Amino acid sequence: MDSELLVRLILLLPLAGALFSGVLPLFLPQLRTSEGLIGTVSTAAVALPFAFAVYLFATFSGDPIITSYFTWMAAGDLSIDFAYRIDELSLIMLLVVTGVGSVIHLYSTGYMHGDSGFWRFFAYLNLFIFAMLNLILANNLPVLFLGWEGVGLCSYLLIGFWYTDLSNSAAANKAFIVNRVGDFAFLLAMFFLFREVGALDFGTLLAEGPGIDTTVLGFIVLLIFIGATGKSAQLPLFVWLPDAMAGPTPVSALIHAATMVTSGLYLLARLSPMVLEVPHIMVIIGIVGAITALMAATIAITQNDIKKVLAYSTVSQLGFMFMAAGVGAFFVAIFHVVTHAFFKGCLFLCSGSVIHSMEHVEHDLEAKGHNMAGFDPQDMRTMGGLKDYMPSTRWTYLISTLAIAGIPLLAGFFSKDEILFKSFELGYSGAFYGYVVWGIAVVTALLTAFYMLRSYMLTFEGEPRWPDADTVHPHESPASMTIPLWILAGLSIVGGYIGLPAVIQGGDLNWIHHFLGEPYGGPVHEMKDLAKVPLALKWGLVGFGSLIAIVGAYIGYRAYRPGQAMAYDTALQNRLGGLYTFWDAKYHIDDFYNEVIVDGLLDTSKKVLQPMDATLIDGVVNGVAALSQSVSNGVSRIQTGLIQNYALMLVLGVVLVLGLIMVGA
Amino acid sequence: MDLSGAFTAMWADLPAIFSMLIVGAAGLVVILMEAFQNRDPRIPWLTAGAFGLAMGWEAFQLGTAPDTAFFEQLRTGGYAAYINLLILGAGLFTTLVSPPYLRRLNRNFGEVYALLLFATVGMIMLGTSNTLISVFVGLETMSVCLYIMAGLLREDEGGIESGFKYFVLGAFSTGFLLYGIALMYGTTGTMHLPEMAGAFPDGVPLLFWAGVGLVIVGFGFKVSAAPFHMWTPDVYQGAPTTLTGYMSTASKASAFAALILILFFALPSAQASLVLAVLALITMAVGNVMALRQANVKRMLAYSSIAHAGYMFVALASGTTAGYSGALFYLLVYTVMNLGAFGVLALLEWDGMAGRKQTLSSLAGMGLERPVLGASMAVFMFSLIGFPPFGGFIGKYYIFAPAVSAGLTWLVIIGLLFSAMSGYYYLRVIYVLYMQTAADVAEADRAPEGGFAQPAWLSTAAVALCAVLLLVLGVAFSGVVDVTEMLFIQADAMAQTP
Repeated sequence: MDSELLVRLILLLPLAGALFSGVLPLFLPQLRTSEGLIGTVSTAAVALPFAFAVYLFATFSGDPIITSYFTWMAAGDLSIDFAYRIDELSLIMLLVVTGVGSVIHLYSTGYMHGDSGFWRFFAYLNLFIFAMLNLILANNLPVLFLGWEGVGLCSYLLIGFWYTDLSNSAAANKAFIVNRVGDFAFLLAMFFLFREVGALDFGTLLAEGPGIDTTVLGFIVLLIFIGATGKSAQLPLFVWLPDAMAGPTPVSALIHAATMVTSGLYLLARLSPMVLEVPHIMVIIGIVGAITALMAATIAITQNDIKKVLAYSTVSQLGFMFMAAGVGAFFVAIFHVVTHAFFKGCLFLCSGSVIHSMEHVEHDLEAKGHNMAGFDPQDMRTMGGLKDYMPSTRWTYLISTLAIAGIPLLAGFFSKDEILFKSFELGYSGAFYGYVVWGIAVVTALLTAFYMLRSYMLTFEGEPRWPDADTVHPHESPASMTIPLWILAGLSIVGGYIGLPAVIQGGDLNWIHHFLGEPYGGPVHEMKDLAKVPLALKWGLVGFGSLIAIVGAYIGYRAYRPGQAMAYDTALQNRLGGLYTFWDAKYHIDDFYNEVIVDGLLDTSKKVLQPMDATLIDGVVNGVAALSQSVSNGVSRIQTGLIQNYALMLVLGVVLVLGLIMVGA
Repeated sequence: MDLSGAFTAMWADLPAIFSMLIVGAAGLVVILMEAFQNRDPRIPWLTAGAFGLAMGWEAFQLGTAPDTAFFEQLRTGGYAAYINLLILGAGLFTTLVSPPYLRRLNRNFGEVYALLLFATVGMIMLGTSNTLISVFVGLETMSVCLYIMAGLLREDEGGIESGFKYFVLGAFSTGFLLYGIALMYGTTGTMHLPEMAGAFPDGVPLLFWAGVGLVIVGFGFKVSAAPFHMWTPDVYQGAPTTLTGYMSTASKASAFAALILILFFALPSAQASLVLAVLALITMAVGNVMALRQANVKRMLAYSSIAHAGYMFVALASGTTAGYSGALFYLLVYTVMNLGAFGVLALLEWDGMAGRKQTLSSLAGMGLERPVLGASMAVFMFSLIGFPPFGGFIGKYYIFAPAVSAGLTWLVIIGLLFSAMSGYYYLRVIYVLYMQTAADVAEADRAPEGGFAQPAWLSTAAVALCAVLLLVLGVAFSGVVDVTEMLFIQADAMAQTP
């Protein structure tokens, strides 16, 4: 099959789907309620591209396929085409986005059933896939940026999907505004790159980019990293992601866990040859990732909202990916992106299933006359014991929890262990920050296993904690929701085997490394000339990593074992005291932003800018306006309406023209 | 000249004036139809068909090389096709929006369409002329039809005033134009534009420049450049709105096209640049400043069209190929947005006096009541300001950029300041359309029940199409700009090798 046609279809089918479910129902209101049709079309609009992506993957020859459709803009030396690039990196991302995307679309047909905005939801979701595909397939930075902004827009639309609740709109605004900061940095980086290289397509950039003067390149990479911290929720811009959980849960799974938030990593991997030229910036990337991972993990311990736990866990896992990027192991970052998409997607979908059934519980309780004012279907404190009622959700949640915890032989184990090993390897080769990153990663891995087990135990084990638990029972979700859970859970088990660790046959079976890595002909560069870690030490590290995960999981299990309910939370609170409160308050970062930046801006606006606007600017503007008006009034006296005056004016004009042309001549 | 083969040669040249023939013949048929059946409903369709057919023909001529026909009286090829497409497109649009409007005014005469067709014939001749003779014939054919159209509402004092003023002042300015033509012919000894530039091997006599000055006066009147603009607000206000739209676009397009041809081919040096720059300055100033205080939207748009003529003079003053091609591109954008704006006004008119008495406030809340018209009007206003991503923005870029290159930075800065000022009166329309409701305005300004023209889907669709076209022109403009540049490169090559 013609690959150019396939790329075109991959891109256009989601767009067509978005138009179908977004535009047609505007004119045909009866279409809005035909959920079967809209759900099928939208899911097919992502599933078909997945099938094409598989075909492209299977027949991929190793040479990038570049298709250019038309010139978007041309001005002077700048010419930007709508060009797309299929190579190893974009293929992996393409498979993840369309694969996980279609599973989540399927899930959404069940999850959004009965919502009055069903059609709108699928239109946004398809539009998101289209934008995301633009982002990962783009062959130049502007098209990538188009997708980058497109996914931002869709994220905004979907976070505020239930816009009648003001807090949802606020969360959407927050996500959008915080992302602007990062996007601005990304734009600046693009301007710099154009100034230095004179082109923005990846072919030229990757060939000439690494040769840019190191100082300038340092700034460029730093700016790109700042852009990435916005989209991928890293310090200092991660604050929007937890709030983004206001959106429907499939959105959290698709956009805020599996795909969009990883685009920062994709960008760094794509530009890896340039990043590798500036080691001092890589230190920043690695350390920021490590600190973010640790901070988010500690916050996650204190959260009681099941989605918030997962949100902070996502921030933390993204931190892991940035650690990998910071130590120069970009392919490992992408590896973790892939496995994370499986298990975190699964976890979010499970939480959606749980929330769904807890909403039914709430509904039933209300029917029984309970006052449900303070009840929150997402609060783990009122859950417990769900395993008896929701077996599929429980098992898949458990599998993906163990996967993210890094329990050996599950997907998360391989990718996380590879991150630990790569940072250790760098430290072993003499770059001290490798050890620092490794140390923080180990602590974070321990915490991850702990808080994820906590969330599992609180939700599914023990005794039910909602009122009237004897008579009111939750129900398992329909098959359209549980099938996606099992698919993702299955992938969370086997997904790690695409990247077997270095201890096995000296890393020769690490398929993803061989596929992506530059030494093997792939597009993702990596740190070279690393010291060789002895095999025994490697085994030791693998064992240590496994131990950490198992110990963390065991502590979590013990602390929240059946019968204990929330007791350990109180104990932890007492033992840690102020530290726990500090974690619970999210390190006061939100407060800092609110009080210093938002309030500061508001204060400055009110006290300085507003008076200045009112007196100085308005004065000038009104003055100009008044002047124009009075001139206008004055001049309009000439416009008498009398034809004699008009003719006189004409004659004066003739004199003027003749006079001027004589001067000119 | 050997006239023995004249008829054969002219017979062979007939395809060159295919559009003129089709449109002219349609005009004759319309008159006959009207004679047999009053207000024959087929007339608008026939008119639209003639315009459409001619447009189809011209579309295929866009890429052809420049040439002349009828003993070098008329130009053919890409340039002519581009201008003709503009003019015919304006005619087609006017035919599509007019029937419901004129029916409501009880003026749905067949003659209107005949006049429209005949005026178009004149415009085509003017816009494609290669000699001063055809310039004059085309100009007058067009003008006489426009005079009648302006005074169509003959029971209304505004209508009479409109037609009469236009006629008297038009005749007056024609005198200057004719005298200018005489001087140019007298000093060069030729009527053919491309031959004039080379007619002075030993310096250009002052008398020639005087002739050029008078021709510029004549054209300045037609395109309503200040200080020859005084008729414009009165005429635009009193003429039936759809026809105002036609007058303000098609006639300007063809007059500018002819003026560009004269400037490009006939002038031996760039000495007219100063006078064009000063005219641009005055025109922009008068148009924008006067538009500020207009309460009547048609009058506001009349001043706005004066202002836009000023912007186009900026491009002409640069005197370069890039400037001329930018002006051609701007003509297209201007035609689309102005036609659309007048079209919307026509469909929202209820006072029975061609909108002469209707204030801006009478449109309060219309944006939400008539969503398609409202949204289109918003697009037109934004585009007229020169707001991206609409055509008006790109158009302004392509007329101002060549002027900067030609060293007229001061003029461009002033032009941009005036554009900023124009935001005030354009945005006010959007404000009234969307942020006011009928409850906010005085009783006298409210539309009576059923006062509007019957909503006709075809008219609405035509207006919406203009809005879409502006968006397209604002995004995918490079193709059109390439075309307008190519026209001059070809024409240049032809001028080099006579």
